[in-house]
Amino acid sequence: MIIGETPTPTGAFGADAIAMTMRFGDFLALDNVELKVRPGSFHALLGENGAGKSTLVKCIMGYYHATEGDILIGGREQKISNPKDAHALGLGMVYQHFTLVPAMTVAENLVLARDDVPAVVDWGKEKKELEAFLAQMPFKVSLDAKVSDISAGERQKCEILKQLYLKRRFLILDEPTSVLTPGEADEVLGMLRAMVVSGELTILMITHKFREVMAFADEVTILRRGKLAGQGRVADLTPDDMARTMIGAEQLTVQPPRAGEVGEARLELDKLTALDDAGAVAVRNVSLTVRGGEIVGIAGVSGNGQRQLVEVLAGQREAEGGEIRIRGERYSATREEMRRHKMSLLPEEPLRNACVGGMSVADNIAFRDFDRAPFAKGGWWLNGAAFRKNAERKISRYKIKTRTPDTPIASLSGGNVQRVVLARELGGEVELLIAANPCFGLDFAAVAQIHAEIMAARNRGAAVLLVSEDLDELLELSDRLVVMFHGEFVHEARASEADLTEIGRHMAGH
Amino acid sequence: MADASIGLWTVPLAVLGGAIRVSTPFLFVSLGECITERSGRINLGLEGTLVMGAMSAYGISYLTGSPWLGVLAAGVTGSLLGALHAGICSLPRVNDIAVGIALMLFGIGLAFFLGKPLIEPTAPRLPAIDFGWWSDIPQVRAALRINVLFLIGVAIAPILYWAFKTTRWGLLIRTAGESSDAARAMGHSVLLIRLRATMVGGFLAGIGGSFLSLFYPGSWNEGLSSGQGITAVALVIFARWDPLLCLWASLAFGGAAALGPALQSVGVTSGYHLFNAAPYILTLAIMIITCSPKRTLTGAPAELSITR
Repeated sequence: MIIGETPTPTGAFGADAIAMTMRFGDFLALDNVELKVRPGSFHALLGENGAGKSTLVKCIMGYYHATEGDILIGGREQKISNPKDAHALGLGMVYQHFTLVPAMTVAENLVLARDDVPAVVDWGKEKKELEAFLAQMPFKVSLDAKVSDISAGERQKCEILKQLYLKRRFLILDEPTSVLTPGEADEVLGMLRAMVVSGELTILMITHKFREVMAFADEVTILRRGKLAGQGRVADLTPDDMARTMIGAEQLTVQPPRAGEVGEARLELDKLTALDDAGAVAVRNVSLTVRGGEIVGIAGVSGNGQRQLVEVLAGQREAEGGEIRIRGERYSATREEMRRHKMSLLPEEPLRNACVGGMSVADNIAFRDFDRAPFAKGGWWLNGAAFRKNAERKISRYKIKTRTPDTPIASLSGGNVQRVVLARELGGEVELLIAANPCFGLDFAAVAQIHAEIMAARNRGAAVLLVSEDLDELLELSDRLVVMFHGEFVHEARASEADLTEIGRHMAGH
Repeated sequence: MADASIGLWTVPLAVLGGAIRVSTPFLFVSLGECITERSGRINLGLEGTLVMGAMSAYGISYLTGSPWLGVLAAGVTGSLLGALHAGICSLPRVNDIAVGIALMLFGIGLAFFLGKPLIEPTAPRLPAIDFGWWSDIPQVRAALRINVLFLIGVAIAPILYWAFKTTRWGLLIRTAGESSDAARAMGHSVLLIRLRATMVGGFLAGIGGSFLSLFYPGSWNEGLSSGQGITAVALVIFARWDPLLCLWASLAFGGAAALGPALQSVGVTSGYHLFNAAPYILTLAIMIITCSPKRTLTGAPAELSITR
């Protein structure tokens, strides 16, 4: 060591947020919230979407400046005015959306993240140091691989490695396992847990998965609508306690029980192939039959071709090869065919894929039929009153929270946008439903409602293809489960007999 | 007319000489635009920057008697215009393409306005190095009279290629261009990185302009640039945002631009205007060949407004 150099402090430290209040204009995002993370503990932060979890940790990291409240780091009050201050104190955060640069290699990403990137990087020397660092780490990544070429699981490991490489001793993880298979999630969290136990690290993890809280966390803090709803030791709580604290007194839609008979084949994919935006094969030769009255779930880690498959079915992407048939007829995703086959679509990111953000809720609800009676006369003259009446009926039937039917849909919350799409797509008769991650990022009430609607459509005899990254959702709703990996269907099982570990293995490509 | 001793060889020789001479502004503008676009922003105003650079270089060279001061002035003018572009674009809800078009028209108009008194006088021009001393053939000698700016441009291309890979600034520019979220998460100011990248881009484009007025064609008039600035922006897309490919693409465009005059010099006059349009036809052809509705451009910085 160079004489006079202060050694970098090591070991975990705690962080407290005291009486945090955060106001965005009129909106109170955090209301007098308290969070105490003990040094060397694994702390879970639970809450629904919009409960204020992200706002709270962003205040700690210096992205936001709390309207009121103090932050204590290692017991000492600190003013953190930007992320750099937080980094200097040893705080690091792994974001829900990756912050790796996809077009660069893993090594470039790691070196780039440092605060002291040399003006001219000596790659030979850096590579050697990185390899020495990786040798001590519990998980491995390939340094020369481009980030865009590695799997989501590896990227998440890379994000965590980056924080450890930067010698962070307090890690905030924002939904770190949302893109991982259950096996990968256990591996990553297990290794982090071991580092916590050995006293090197303190972890604050935002999550909504009770399984992970029960398995890995020591303590939990629960937020509801910007307020502290509860906190305590995980060992003293059950998942039911936590769920109740998260939701409060709100009534959830009850899902109808599975009923009805499986009918004839309705949707058939025959050796379907599709390319992604870069021209690489994303969907490879997949064949599948979905019958009336059944839900077929497609499981898989995000980025294995599910998006392109749904886009082909929705008419947003041309198939490169193969055929889609509905009731034995060739299907080429025209509006007319969708209408004739009573086909409905709940694509992922509904605001982007199923709505026109600047148009009103009433207009968006009418997209499927706006050029027919009663909305239009003679196919061209639109009847505004009919739009409004239809919208008002559906707004109350689907509990859509909007100020007026004429409000632009982009100003609604995510759950309400999805309710509008639900009202449009499931409001009439449905014989074939394609749904992709329909509940992503939504709160319990919206999830329960959407699950109930999908099950009800199935019970009425619709054929449902449900693509989801959430295995719990798939196991709850599906009759049959197909696992997609690298654009191919690699495994099929009846959902009632499905084995979580086996499915997880197929999702990871083993 | 052509020297009888080399006959039709005049054409490839003239194309080669033209490639070197005409390509220099393409080269500087495209390298500048390459830096700007790698940081995640498109500056379409470089056509205006080019013309402003040409005018200010000519003016300063005339006033001071030093063409090199003129080149410097052109670069400074270019980086000021770049700063203006970056400044406007850093305001919320501003579209960089619209601002670029506005600045293109602004730059051209301003240059014509300020440059009115410069049309008459003759300013000192940039020197050229004679690489053709070994030959007796005048065409060869003419083709190999190479300007220093061209050599500087040729040197900048590999330096830039290296810098994008191994310097802190190169990595930061790429980060800002590929993922502004990542840059922000690391605590860098994306706007500041883009401001600097746009200013450096403007500096190079301004120097490209100085070549027009101080070497070839070598005078200041309002018809000086025939869209080289905007063609160079397209060229960056063709070159896949790679500085080395920018160099080859500039040479190809320069050669294409020299085709018309070269053919005329051997007496092929029938399709003169058609051959003069060669660079534009090349631009269109390249765009049609390399673009597809089914896939996004490979190598495109992910933050560019055209790829997002």
